[in-house]
Amino acid sequence: MSVIEQPVTTPPAGASLVTKILRFRELAIVVAIVLVFVLTYFKNSSFASTASIQQMLSGPSIIIMLAVGETLVIVTRNVDLSVGSVLGLSAYLVGDLFVHYPHLPVVVALLAGLLIGLACGVVNGVIVAYARVPALVVTLGMLYIIRGIDAIVVNGVQIQPSQIPQSFVNLGAGSIIGIPTLFWIAAAAVALVGYVMRTFRPARELYAIGSNPEAAVLAGVRVPRRVFSAFAISGALAGLGGALWLAEFATVASTAGSGYELNVVAAVVVGGVAIFGGSGTVLGAALGALLLNTIDQALVASRVSSFWNQAVAGLLLLVAIAFDRYVSLRAEKILRVEGAHRDNA
Amino acid sequence: MTTPEVTLLPEAAQEPRTLNSLMRGATRWESGLVVLFVISLIYGWWVSPYFLNTETFFFAGLNFGEIAIMALPMTLIIITGEIDLSVASMLGLSASTLGYLFMHGWNIWPAMGICLLVGIVGGALNGFLVTRLGLPSIAVTIGTLTLYRGIALIVLGSNTAVGFPAWTQKLSLPIGSTHIAYDFAIFVVLALIFGVVLHMTPVGRSIYAIGLQPETAYFSGIRVKRIKFGLYVISGFLCAFAGILYTFQQASSASDTGVGLELNVVAIALFGGVSIFGGRGTIFGVFVSVAIFASLQSSLTAINVSGQAQSIVTGCLLLLSVLIPNISESVTRVRTLLRRRTSEAS
Amino acid sequence: MERVETPEEAASREGSNVPSRSDGAPLLIVDGATKFFGPVKALVDGSITLYAGEAHALLGENGAGKSTLVKILAGVHLADGGHVTLDGQPVKFSNPIDAREAGISVIYQEPTLFPDLSIAENIFMGRQPLRSGRRIDRSEMIKRADEVFARLGVPLEPTRLARGLSVADQQIVEIAKAISFNAKIIIMDEPTAALTEVEVQRLFDVVVTLRAEGAAIMFISHRLEEVFAMCQRVTIMRDGAFVKTAAIGDITIDDVIYSMVGRDIVSLYGDHTRTPGITVLDVEHLTREGVFTDISFSVRAGEIVALAGLVGAGRTEVARGIFGIDKLDAGTVTVSGQKLKTGSPLQAMAAGIGFVPEDRRQQGLVMQMAIDRNVSLASIGRLSHLGIIRKASERKLAAEWAARLQLKFGRFANPVMTLSGGNQQKVVLAKWLARQPRLLIIDEPTRGIDIGTKAEVHRLLGELVEQGIAILMISSEMPEVLGVADRILVLHEGRLVAELSREEANEASIMRAAAGQMKAGVS
Repeated sequence: MSVIEQPVTTPPAGASLVTKILRFRELAIVVAIVLVFVLTYFKNSSFASTASIQQMLSGPSIIIMLAVGETLVIVTRNVDLSVGSVLGLSAYLVGDLFVHYPHLPVVVALLAGLLIGLACGVVNGVIVAYARVPALVVTLGMLYIIRGIDAIVVNGVQIQPSQIPQSFVNLGAGSIIGIPTLFWIAAAAVALVGYVMRTFRPARELYAIGSNPEAAVLAGVRVPRRVFSAFAISGALAGLGGALWLAEFATVASTAGSGYELNVVAAVVVGGVAIFGGSGTVLGAALGALLLNTIDQALVASRVSSFWNQAVAGLLLLVAIAFDRYVSLRAEKILRVEGAHRDNA
Repeated sequence: MTTPEVTLLPEAAQEPRTLNSLMRGATRWESGLVVLFVISLIYGWWVSPYFLNTETFFFAGLNFGEIAIMALPMTLIIITGEIDLSVASMLGLSASTLGYLFMHGWNIWPAMGICLLVGIVGGALNGFLVTRLGLPSIAVTIGTLTLYRGIALIVLGSNTAVGFPAWTQKLSLPIGSTHIAYDFAIFVVLALIFGVVLHMTPVGRSIYAIGLQPETAYFSGIRVKRIKFGLYVISGFLCAFAGILYTFQQASSASDTGVGLELNVVAIALFGGVSIFGGRGTIFGVFVSVAIFASLQSSLTAINVSGQAQSIVTGCLLLLSVLIPNISESVTRVRTLLRRRTSEAS
Repeated sequence: MERVETPEEAASREGSNVPSRSDGAPLLIVDGATKFFGPVKALVDGSITLYAGEAHALLGENGAGKSTLVKILAGVHLADGGHVTLDGQPVKFSNPIDAREAGISVIYQEPTLFPDLSIAENIFMGRQPLRSGRRIDRSEMIKRADEVFARLGVPLEPTRLARGLSVADQQIVEIAKAISFNAKIIIMDEPTAALTEVEVQRLFDVVVTLRAEGAAIMFISHRLEEVFAMCQRVTIMRDGAFVKTAAIGDITIDDVIYSMVGRDIVSLYGDHTRTPGITVLDVEHLTREGVFTDISFSVRAGEIVALAGLVGAGRTEVARGIFGIDKLDAGTVTVSGQKLKTGSPLQAMAAGIGFVPEDRRQQGLVMQMAIDRNVSLASIGRLSHLGIIRKASERKLAAEWAARLQLKFGRFANPVMTLSGGNQQKVVLAKWLARQPRLLIIDEPTRGIDIGTKAEVHRLLGELVEQGIAILMISSEMPEVLGVADRILVLHEGRLVAELSREEANEASIMRAAAGQMKAGVS
C-alpha cells in the first residue's frame, strides 16, 4: 500500500503485450521449427526434399493426436499417463478385427479404435473425477493394467502386414495433394479440438478448473463432469492414434506405444501448456510435438548420430519449462506495473 | 475474515479427519501390507511347490535389488511432496558410463567413482531446478529423465559393454554360503539406514513436516530447500550406484538399461503407503511393498505368466492402494452423485 | 464529517428511475440468526436490515459475529436459528451458488479469479454470451464487460488476463461479476484494507453508482472514518449479538466505539506494574517498499509492546520482516546488542526470537502431526543425541509444557488437529517457549479462541514477561491491547503514527490513531 499519489488510469500497452506474450509461445515454436529446418538444409540439402518433408509431417502425426488429448487433461491440472498403453492396445485390437473381418471398412476400423480408447478413458475419468483419486496414480495404474491386458490379448502373436487391408495401409502411407493423409487427420483433430477449446463454454470451463479449482466450483462449474470428459476424450484420441499406428506401421507387437506417454507429456510441455493447468493450447502442443520430431529428423539428416536425439529433446524440455516459468513471472510483473486500464479514460 | 469455505476440489482428496482413522492410518496400511505379503507367499507356495525354497528368495532379491534401492530415496522425495522420475535414466546413464569407461581401458574402481559422481551431478541438477528455480518437479524430472537417457545413448550408443572383471560377477551369486543375494543385503542395509534417518532423526522429522505443511516447516526454522536439494542428490547417487550393481550382475551394460523402471519404483513406493500428496509413508511399508512385488513376480513367473501380463497385477495393486483409503469416501460420493442425478431427473 | 445523501435524494438528484422498492420496505431482513460450532457460540442474535440503495456498515470487533453472519448470507453456513427474508420472501441458502442466484454477492478479501483467463471471461465464466450453435460470442462478451465497467466508471480492459491485477482492480472485477449476476445486495469484506487513498476514492464512487442503481451495499470494516464518509447507516455487533443500528447522522464515532467495546475491559486483566529491563529488540528505520516505511521502536525485557492498527496497516508484515520471513529493503534489527542478519528465520531463531504466526493452522502447526511432535518441531536438534531424536526427551518436553500451559488433550500421539483452537494455540506457544526465547513475537494471540483459554493465554503472557522475556504482540482486539500491553504502537498505512503508554491509551485514542486521525501528541 503506497502512500504516494498515483494515477489510477495508466497507459495500456497492457492488452497488446499480453496477447503478444500469449501468441509468442506458439510463434516461438514455429520460429524454432523454421530455424531447425533452415540450419539442417544447409548441412544436407536433401532435407528439403519432398520425401523428407512428407516424413516430417507424417512422423509426428500420431503423437500430435495423443498430445491433443493430453492437453485437455493437463489443462485441468491432471495428467494422463495411460495414453501409450491405450494406443498399443487399440492398435492390436483393430489389427485383430481386420484378421477376423478382412473387409472391414477403414472408417469402421478407425471408429473401433476410437471406441476402445474411449472405454479406457471413461474408466480413468470415473476414478479421477468421481472417486477423486489423484490422476498421476490412477493413470499410472491404468498404464500397467492396460499394458498387461494388451500382453495377454496379444499373447505373443504379431499382426502381420499381410493381414491389413490395402485400403487401411494406404491411409497410413498415402497422401492427399502431396501432404500425408496422417498429417491431414492430425491437423483436422488439432483444428477441431482447438476450435472447440476456444469457442464453447464447457471447454472454457476446463481452463477455469485448472486455473483456480476453488473459484471454478464457486462459479458453478460442474468440475467432475468436465474432468471426466477430458479423460474420456484423451482416451478416445489415444485409441484413434492406435488405429492410425496400425495404418502407419502395419504391424503391431505388444510393445507398441510403450513409453510413449512421457514423449506426449514432453511435447505438450514444450508446446507451452502449463503443467499445473489453466493455460496452453492444442495448437501449441501440436507444434511442440512437431518441433521435437523435426529436431529428431534434423539430427539424422545432419548425420549427427541419432543418439543425440533424446539428449537434445530432454534439454529442450528443461529449457521450455524454465522459459515458461520465466515468462510467466515477467508477465506478471509487467502486467502488475502497467495496470489494466484503457487508453481513453 | 476468511475465504469462502470450499470443500469440493477435484484433485486434493480429503484426508480422513477422524482421530481414529488418522491414528490407525499409518499402522493400518502397513499391517495390511504384511497380511498381503503372507497371502502372496501362500499363493506362491500353492502354485509352485518350489516356491518357498531359498532359491526363489535369492532370485527375487537379485531381480528386485536395484528397484528396491531406488525406491528408498524416492520415498523420501515423495514424502516431501516432490517426485523424481529420472531415477531409471540415471541408472542407465551410470551403467552406460561404467561400460564406456571400462571399454576405454579405465580401471574399474575410478570408473565406478566417476559413475557415482555423475549420479551426484545429475541429482544436483534436479535439486537445483526444483529448489532454486522453483520449477515443478514432475515436469523437471520428465525432462531430466529424457536428458540422462539421451546422454547415456551418446555415451554408449548401441554398443554393449562386456568383459567386466571376474570378481564383479560374484555379485550375481549368493553371498558366501548363504542364499542371500548381494543386492538384497545392500538393500536391507540401506533400508535400515533410511528407516533410522526418516523415523528417528531431526532430518526425517523435517521431511514429514515439509510434506505436510511446508509453510509451518519454514516458519519453524527448517531448511526446506536444503533438504529437498539434498534428497535429490542422494537419489542421483543411489541410482548411479544401482546402475553399477545392475551392470555387474548382468555382466554387461547398454544404453537402454533400466528403461521404464521409474514407474515401477513409483508404484512400489505408492503401494507401500507413501501418499502422492506428501507427508505420509514409512520405510517399513516400502520394504514390505518390495517384498510383495518380488514374491508375486516370482510366483507369477513360476506359472509362466509373462512379465508384461504381470503388469496387470502391478496396476491393480497401485489402484487399490489409492482407492482403498478413499473407499468409503469415494463410495459415498458416487452414491450422492447418483442420488442427485436421479432426483434431478425426476 | 460530510453528510452523505440518502438514496431518495440521490434518486431525485439523478432523476433516473431508481429501482428501489417503492413501498419503502426493506430489501433484506435478518432476524435473530444463530450459529453454533459445537460449544462455540459464533452468533447468538444476528440481525440487520438493508434497504435498497443504501450503503450499510456492519461494525464490531473480532469475534463479534460479523463474519458468521456474512457467511450465512453467502450460503457458506446454514443458520441454526433465526430468519432471513429477502424481498419479502423467507430464504434459506444451502450453498454459495443459491445465494448468488438470489441476488446476494460477497466480495471477499481473497480473490476468486482465474489468473490465466481474461477479465471478461472471469466475469462471465459459465455464462458467456452465445451466438448461433452455442458458440461463445467473444465480441458480445467484451461489449458487455465494457458496459459493466462503464456503469462502474472504471475503464478496465476486458481482454486483459486477470493475472497480476492489483488488489483494487481485482475488487472491481469481483464487483463487475456481482453486477453481471444482477446482485441486489453486495457485501464487501474489509474492501479498503489493501487500497491506496486514490483507489479508495474510486471505490467510493463505484459504491455511489451501485446505490443509485438500487443495490444495497453492506460493508464490513474497521475503518470508521471511511464508514462515516461512505455509509448511510451502521449496525453494530458485539459478542455474537446485535447491539444497535443507527443512521450515520444520528451517531458519532465515539458512540460507535463505545457500542463496539461496551464493557469495562481493564478489570479483566488485573493490575500489574512491571519494571522493564534491558532492551532486547531494537529496530530502526525498517522499510519494505509499498508495505511499511521507517519503522523504529524497541522492546525491553519484561515488557509487552503491542502493535495496533487496522487490517492492512502492515503490522504482520513488520513482524515477518523482523523474524526474517520477508526481506527488508532497509533498516536494522538488533537483538540484545547484536545486529541480526535479516531475511533468515534461522538467524532470528538463533538470536533468540520466537514467532507465533497469525495463521496457526497453516503457519504455526503441522495439523496432521502429533501434539508432542509439534511441540518439539523447533527444538528437535536439541533433543537429539548422536543424531537420533530421543523420544523420551521429546515426551518429557511435551509433558512439561502441557502441564505448564494446562493443555487439554487426549494423548500426545494425537494429531494436533484434534485439539480446540485454544489448545492448538497453546501448542504453538509451547513450541516456541521450549526454545526459551528472549523475544517472543505473537501475531493475534487469541484469535478464534474461547474466552476461558483467552484468559489463560493472557495470564501466561504476564508470567512470561515477569520472567524477563520481551514480548511483541500484534492484536486487532482492543480489550486485549489495552489490557495486556505496557506500551502500544499504532501503525497506519505502513507508518508508525503513535506510541501510547498503558496509562495514556484508551480505545478511542488508539482507533483514531489507527484511522490516521491522530494529531501530534496524545489524545
